[in-house]
Amino acid sequence: MSLQLSLKSVDKFYGPVGKGVHAVKSISMDVPRGDIIALLGSSGCGKTSTLRMIAGFETVSRGTIELAGKQVQTLPPVRRNVAMAFEGYSLYPTVTVRDNIAFALKASRLAEAEVARRVAHVTEMLEITDILDRFPSSISGGQQQRASLARALVRDADLHLLDEPMGQLEPQLRTLLRGRIKHYVKERGLTAILVTHDQTEANALADRIAVMEGGVLQQYGSPAEIKERPANLFTGTFVGEPPMNVFPASVSVAAGRLTFDLTGGLDLRYDEAAFDPRVRKMLLDRKQVVIGVRPYAVHRVETGAAARVVANQWLGDQSHIAASFAGKTIVLVEHDRAPLSEGEPIRVEIRPQDLHVFDPTTGLALSHGNELAA
Amino acid sequence: METHSPLERLLRGIALTLVCLFFMFPIVWIVLMSFQTNETILRVPPSVVFMPTLENYTALITGRLETAAGTLNIDFMGNLWNSLFLSTTSVAIGLLLGVPAAYAFARLKFRGSEDIAFTLLSFRFAPPLLVLLPLTIYFQQLGLANTYGGLIWVYQLIVLPLILWIVRGYFEDIPADIEYAYRIAGHDFWSTFRRIALPLAGPGIAAAGLLSFIFAWNNFVFALVLASADKQPVTVGALAFVTASGIQYGQVAAGIVLSIAPTFALALYAQRYLVEGLSLGAVKG
Repeated sequence: MSLQLSLKSVDKFYGPVGKGVHAVKSISMDVPRGDIIALLGSSGCGKTSTLRMIAGFETVSRGTIELAGKQVQTLPPVRRNVAMAFEGYSLYPTVTVRDNIAFALKASRLAEAEVARRVAHVTEMLEITDILDRFPSSISGGQQQRASLARALVRDADLHLLDEPMGQLEPQLRTLLRGRIKHYVKERGLTAILVTHDQTEANALADRIAVMEGGVLQQYGSPAEIKERPANLFTGTFVGEPPMNVFPASVSVAAGRLTFDLTGGLDLRYDEAAFDPRVRKMLLDRKQVVIGVRPYAVHRVETGAAARVVANQWLGDQSHIAASFAGKTIVLVEHDRAPLSEGEPIRVEIRPQDLHVFDPTTGLALSHGNELAA
Repeated sequence: METHSPLERLLRGIALTLVCLFFMFPIVWIVLMSFQTNETILRVPPSVVFMPTLENYTALITGRLETAAGTLNIDFMGNLWNSLFLSTTSVAIGLLLGVPAAYAFARLKFRGSEDIAFTLLSFRFAPPLLVLLPLTIYFQQLGLANTYGGLIWVYQLIVLPLILWIVRGYFEDIPADIEYAYRIAGHDFWSTFRRIALPLAGPGIAAAGLLSFIFAWNNFVFALVLASADKQPVTVGALAFVTASGIQYGQVAAGIVLSIAPTFALALYAQRYLVEGLSLGAVKG
C-alpha cells in the first residue's frame, strides 16, 4: 500500500523552538493512500496544530512532512494541494454557497458542466441543494458547516483535512452523514484526516485513529485495536463510553491462586492456570500494577467480589450501574433494564481475559487478557 | 413595533429640532453670510432678510479683493487647489503604505511589531508645535521647505497613524481562516490579500481614508510654517482675509463654504461607509 502522507518526528513550538509552548511533540505517523484517519483527543491536545502544520498554516518547528511523495513542510499552502474544511466554516461572505463550493474547481479551470456536476453530487450527498443560491450570512450554522465541508470534499486534492466537520449538526443528521461521507470519500479514493473529539464519529468514519494527548501521539491504530489493545492508561480510559474502570493492585500467588489485592481490602482471585505463563510471569515480576476493565466486561454474578449500588441509570437501550467497589466506583453496563436500587449489595465478576494490565508509573500497557502487550 | 404616544412624539420632535438647530445653525449662518456684504453682516441687530450678492464668490474666484483700503490680490483658488492636491495625495500615499502595514500588524507576528505600531500611533499624541521647530530646520537643510513633497511627507504624520490603526482593527476582525480557506484553494499570499482581505476590510479602509482626508484638509499649523503663499492650503490662505481695513467676513464665509464643499460632498457620498467603518465589529465571518 503506498503512502500518501508521512509525518516524521514533527514538533511544534509556539514561540522559540525549545523554549516556547511545546504543542506537538515528535509525532510520527504514516497515512496510506485512500485511508480516512481520525485525530482524536480532548481540546488543546495538539490535533488542530498538527492539522494546520499539514495544511501549511503553521510552520513546522522540527521534523518533516511528506505528502504524495514530496517534502512539503517548507512549502506555502498553495503548493501543497490540500483541501480543508474549517471548524469555523470560513465561507467567503461575499459569494453564494454555490460559488463558495465551486470556487476552487473554477480556479483550476475545470469545464463548467463538470463543475456543476460535481457541485450537484456533493451537495446532494450533504443535503444542501436548497441553499445553493443563498449567501453564507443567511443560512444556519449547520448549513454553513455542510457548505464548508462540501467546499473541501468537492476538490481533487492529495489530502482532505476536516477539522471537526460535523460539530454543529443535529445527532440524526450526523449519523446519516457519517455513512454518506465515508462512502463519498471511499468512492472517490480520497485520503482524509479528520479532527474530532467525538469517539463515535472517529469509530464510524476512520480506518485508523490517532489518539493524542498533551501534544503526544498516544496510539495509532484501527478502531478495534484502540479499543481492544489500548497502548496505555490514557488511551484505555479516554476511548470507550463509559470509560474503562481502573484500580491499582498488588499481585501475589499462593496455592495455585493468583490474587490481585485491590486497595480497599478487596481481592480478585483467579486460578493460576487461567493466565498464559508469560503473562503470569510478568505479573509476578511486576507485583504492583494497575488493572483496567471495560464496563461491559464487568458481570453481575451470584458469587463474586462484593460491591454496593450507588446509581442505576436506564438509558433506553442499556443500564449504566455505578457501584462502590474496593474504595472506588466501578461502572457496569448491562443491556437489559437492571432492577437495582441505590444501596443494594451486588456481586461482580471480572474475567481474566477481560483484564488490561498497565504499569503504574509509566501507564504503558503490559498485557491485554491473556496476551502480553507489544 | 414600538408604539409612541402623541406626547412622546411631540417631545421627540422638539428634541430633534433642538439638536438639528444646534448643529446646523452655524453652517446655515455661514452660508447666509457668504451672500452678504460686510455692511449687512455687521448691522445691528442682525437680520436674515437681505439682498443676496455674489460679489464675495466673484472676488474669490477672480482673486481680486476690493477693500476700503484698495484692491488686494489673493489666490484663493490656488489655495483650494493646494488643499485638494495635498490632501488627496497624502491620503493616497497613506493608504498605499498604511493598508499593507496594517495588514502586517494584524496578521503577522514579528519581533517588535507592537512597539512599531505604538510608535506610529504616538505621532498623534505629540502636539504639532513640539516637532515644528526641528522639522523646519531639517526641511530647510534638506531643501524640502516650501515643496509639495515636503508637505505631503509631514502630512503622513497625520494620516498614516489614523489609517494604520483603524484598518488594523478591521483586518483583525476578519477570521484568519477565511484567508486560509482561500489560500488552500490554490492562491498565494498576495492574491489572498487583494481578493479576500481588502474587500472585506473595504468599509474600514473607506472610513479611514475619509477621516484622514478630513484631518489632512483641516490641517493648519504644518502648512502655515512649512509652506509659503503659493503652496498653502485654504486653511492658511484664509488668513489673507484679515486685511488692513478689517476682516472681510463675507469673503471669509464664502471661502469657508467653498473649502468645506469637497469634504462635505465626500462625507455625504461615503457616510454609509463611515458609519459602518467606525462601528468596529461590523464584519462577520
